[in-house]
Amino acid sequence: MKVSMTVNGTAYEHDVEPRVLLVQHLRDNMGLTGTHVGCDTSSCGACTILVNGETVKSCTLLAVQCEGAEIKTIEGMATNGELHPIQESFREKHGLQCGFCTPGMVMSSWQLLDRNPKPSEHEIRHAIEGNFCRCTGYHNIVKAVQDAATKL
Amino acid sequence: MGDLIGKSVKRVEDNRFLKGEGKYTDDFNMQHQTFAVYVRSPHAHANLVSVDISAAKAMAGVISVFTGKDIKDAGIVGSICGWQVDFKNGDTMKEPGHPILAFDKVRHVGDAVALVIAEDLGTAVDAASAVEVNYEVLDAIVDPKAAVQDGAPQVHDDVPNNTIFDWELGNKEETDAAFENAHHITELSYHNQKIVPNAIEPRAALAHFDSNDDKYTLYTTSQNPHLARLIIAAFVLSIPEHKLRVIAPDVGGGFGSKIFTYNDECGVLWASKQIGRPVKWTADRTEAFLTDCHGRDHVTDAKLALDAEGNITGLRTKTYASLGAYLSNFSTCIPTWLHGTLMQGLYTTPAVHVDVTGVVTNTVPVDAVRGAGRPEASFCVERLVETAAREIGMDPAEFRLKNFIPPFDGVEQEGYQTQVALQYDSGNYEGALKKVLKNANYEKLKEERAAARSDGKLMGIGFSTYVEACGIAPSAVVGSLGARVGLYDAASIRVHPTGKVTIFVGAHSHGQGHETTFAQIVADSFGIGMDDVDVLHGDTEKVPFGMGTYGSRSLAVCGSAIMKSIDKVKEKGARIAAHKLECNPEDLEFANGSWNVKGTEKSVGFGDVALTAYVPHDYPVNEEPGLDFASFYDPTNFVYPFGAHICVVEIDKDTGEVNIVRYIAVDDAGNIINPMIVEGQVHGGIAHGIGQALYEGALYDDSGQLLNASMLDYCIPRADNMPFFETDHTITPCPHNPLGVKGIGEAGTIASTPAVVNAVMDALTDYGVKDLQMPLTPQRVWAAMQQAK
Repeated sequence: MKVSMTVNGTAYEHDVEPRVLLVQHLRDNMGLTGTHVGCDTSSCGACTILVNGETVKSCTLLAVQCEGAEIKTIEGMATNGELHPIQESFREKHGLQCGFCTPGMVMSSWQLLDRNPKPSEHEIRHAIEGNFCRCTGYHNIVKAVQDAATKL
Repeated sequence: MGDLIGKSVKRVEDNRFLKGEGKYTDDFNMQHQTFAVYVRSPHAHANLVSVDISAAKAMAGVISVFTGKDIKDAGIVGSICGWQVDFKNGDTMKEPGHPILAFDKVRHVGDAVALVIAEDLGTAVDAASAVEVNYEVLDAIVDPKAAVQDGAPQVHDDVPNNTIFDWELGNKEETDAAFENAHHITELSYHNQKIVPNAIEPRAALAHFDSNDDKYTLYTTSQNPHLARLIIAAFVLSIPEHKLRVIAPDVGGGFGSKIFTYNDECGVLWASKQIGRPVKWTADRTEAFLTDCHGRDHVTDAKLALDAEGNITGLRTKTYASLGAYLSNFSTCIPTWLHGTLMQGLYTTPAVHVDVTGVVTNTVPVDAVRGAGRPEASFCVERLVETAAREIGMDPAEFRLKNFIPPFDGVEQEGYQTQVALQYDSGNYEGALKKVLKNANYEKLKEERAAARSDGKLMGIGFSTYVEACGIAPSAVVGSLGARVGLYDAASIRVHPTGKVTIFVGAHSHGQGHETTFAQIVADSFGIGMDDVDVLHGDTEKVPFGMGTYGSRSLAVCGSAIMKSIDKVKEKGARIAAHKLECNPEDLEFANGSWNVKGTEKSVGFGDVALTAYVPHDYPVNEEPGLDFASFYDPTNFVYPFGAHICVVEIDKDTGEVNIVRYIAVDDAGNIINPMIVEGQVHGGIAHGIGQALYEGALYDDSGQLLNASMLDYCIPRADNMPFFETDHTITPCPHNPLGVKGIGEAGTIASTPAVVNAVMDALTDYGVKDLQMPLTPQRVWAAMQQAK
């Protein structure tokens, strides 16, 4: 099936099998490998991206469901090589170790701060509970989001 | 030393990860690449009656389908066990084979029976489901203690009573005597449950065989590419080692599970030659649950003997340790040498005896998971100690202080010789405990607990103090204990003509931040900038033969190899500088990036010397050009980090849910290069241990089905389960390595599990609950409270 979508400002059109997941489409057909796959039950959040401004686990959608969608992935967060303030805060606060969950974590944090610019610790923890991290114990991720909230 | 060591330098590797530009194994692709899917057994124990691949093979887009017979006929064996642990009576350890694809019998759910390779992943998945396997299902055995009983299902025909080895350490007679004369005996029986590592990146491989030079290349998710190359080349596929290049690019977490050389990666490498095209395989999460080596799974009876004054006089344990269905690379050393040797804990216990039976079961193989043997030991000792203190009515902190080994620095005072083989290098256990008591404001905490209880709330305070052995390991020592490898590490330093530096290290970074920490050491030592140093790791064709990253060894072992190479650069640099300055090398000292003539203003910079080494026009006679050194470092002892943790919990009376209110930690890992990174390691380690205490555990039914083989069903700690951690440290340098460093990657996990369980038991004091099995789920806690009522 033909499917077209705009990803990080660039228009794409592909012919894809109906069973192809959006995350596979991004990774395999567009080479956008910053979006990761960590599970097969939509639990881990490593594949979190923005579809029409809303965070979505891109393993839960078929590519063909996204006809005409506006998509933003981690590759679209930095501007001209300059890290987005959320990315900058993750670096400042050591909010990442192996980096595998990081793209999804950054996207979920973006959504939270877009909706709630001054979240409490509890609200931050609740907002990223669908993103698993095995390295950091979440301590510095929460610190990073708190730090980003002061910058945005 | 300059001004970079000891600073929380921001990580140099972060940019690529933050921008989604990290390159993990599954991010790589090759021209003409094919896709592999393994067909796996749905049964835990079954005879393979037939494997019919004809329908799968006939499907459009399918390139090849291999069965166990194909691999057996090719003379390929599976991965191996790298550590021999023999029976007490001297009999050799049982060592059943682990075929890449089963050919006669499957022994755990997930055991591979066929390998399907197709033009695209979808076709490979379809074809895998078209492979028809006929199984004759057999009774399965899951419980390690039941596995040794006569009449239990036999996992391997050549392993009677499923027993791989039995093993003991310590002095049995003295320990028996201690218990005979004991004033008080504390007893615990528990299952230190099987846990699943769950690195967020699943394992993956991209394999290629180039017939032009008979050379294999394997991109894979490995913590130790050189070890993978050695095992695959020398033991599994029998190919010349120089004809295999293993690349471990960015790796999305390991926690032990990516130490091992798995059959799956070997299988696709072999297949890439058979089909003459690259083969890509990436595990899905279910496969990860069914094939990544699990951890722990000890069934233990433990006892602690006390005299009338509350002194610990003896400790005795009997453990049945499951190794799973097959022996993974280091499976045998985890419940023995990495577990029994830590049973001294931080205490002066004069008699210790540890008895371990290693058994096979119809479950996923068991090997190292963060801590590997040491969390099992600290859980045992710290649960016993806290329970004993409670039983005799002594404050658990006071009880520990009474029984601690007194401080020793390993320089003025000798290292501490334990009853269980190890000699601790340096320690100040009371220092760490006193600091954590102060940081927690323990006296006030106790008042809060009393107030909470009088308000009808269930608040508990739990302690855990630990010492562990890491910085793995002195080769001769581990060799005498059965290791079939050396455990040194290696580092090369190449100073470029302009004074910039590239280092090539054997340790692999998969979250630990080596690219920053190692660069800090080099930049600091040479007085150059962080930007002037690149750290390369993870490619056997580039880096020297190092043993990789596990056992909290990177800084203590590979860091020491880096220091040796730094010294070599400085020594040669001094000779070149002396020539330029027309003095003797002994007249020079290196500081602030230059060699200075002592007592004068004359100096020559690091960059000048580097340039001279590569443009050797005016140069010392008999000196080789260049400034490029490799070093290997084999430690003389393990390193022994220690610490004291306090966990404060509140239990919801209505639901049994345990909430961690505060978690206060003081760790001592010797000297610290980057405090930010060290704290990050502590946070992650604590969370992993809390996971085992409260949430995690592989659930098997009697038929050997893993009931929670998904991230939906297996509870990994989430952000909303965790508190902020209050971390701090003391510093007791390691006396036997050049940086004075110990290790910190596993410490948090080793410490936290018993701290949490002790806190929950403290909270349940009024209910008279003495012990509960992990994980302490709301259901278990609530049920225990109802029963007590």
